[in-house]
Amino acid sequence: MPTTTINGRDVAVDEEGFMTEYDQWDEDMGKALATAIGVDMTDDHWKVIRFLREDFKAQGETPTIRRVSTAGGVDTKQLFVLFPKKPAKKMAYIAGLPKPHGCV
Amino acid sequence: MTATQDMIVPSFDDEAETGRKLAIICSKGNLDMAYPGLILGNAALGEGVALDLFFTFWGFDMITKGRMEHLKFSPVGNTATHIPAALAPFPGMTSMATHMMQKSMDALEIPAVPEFLELIKASGAHIWACRLSADMNHLTKDDLWDGVDDIINASDFIEMTDGAQLLFI
Repeated sequence: MPTTTINGRDVAVDEEGFMTEYDQWDEDMGKALATAIGVDMTDDHWKVIRFLREDFKAQGETPTIRRVSTAGGVDTKQLFVLFPKKPAKKMAYIAGLPKPHGCV
Repeated sequence: MTATQDMIVPSFDDEAETGRKLAIICSKGNLDMAYPGLILGNAALGEGVALDLFFTFWGFDMITKGRMEHLKFSPVGNTATHIPAALAPFPGMTSMATHMMQKSMDALEIPAVPEFLELIKASGAHIWACRLSADMNHLTKDDLWDGVDDIINASDFIEMTDGAQLLFI
């Protein structure tokens, strides 16, 4: 597994750059990850990212777009606005989580 | 040194305007055949691919208000269910098979067809109904699910999906 430097800290990532260690992430790091993919974090973005972090901790897997909308209470349209084009992967990346495995 | 200087950053293809488009023709009204188009379409939208869904013939049931919530799955003629062929047409088999399929979909958190359509629509899909199917069934836009963009003919659909990858289900 490669490591990379985010915010001056070495962290473990997969070959694409998604963080692989849940505990190496903090919100400053999330902000740096967002900046790296051109996402400007607002309160609405943070609401989503915090849900992803909590849900992953509880369920053991990264929530899909549908789950963020049904369990996280952020509607789908809004997710496409906040994280354009590829919301599921972008949210996961910023939250320091693996890409979601679920199909729906 | 900036914070991001040495970072491995995944490519989300934001810069590349790929213009990739997928068009799916949904022609079946069985519960089991309703899902492939919805699942693939939803995956495409999540990958930033534009999606047009065209509902025609039996697929019309998927977007008809009175029918979309009552799609059925029948084991008749379907050897992959592994139910003996002689038993498949028995009364109650279709409702049992439908019930079992819905249960396994629920367990996987796959939404029911109407909710799935809502999800796809909210993700930016265009939903088209076939003119000929509407005429055959004497249905107007009022009879169709509210998310339907319009009733269009086959030529319109071919024209608007210029350059798209096409899938017939």
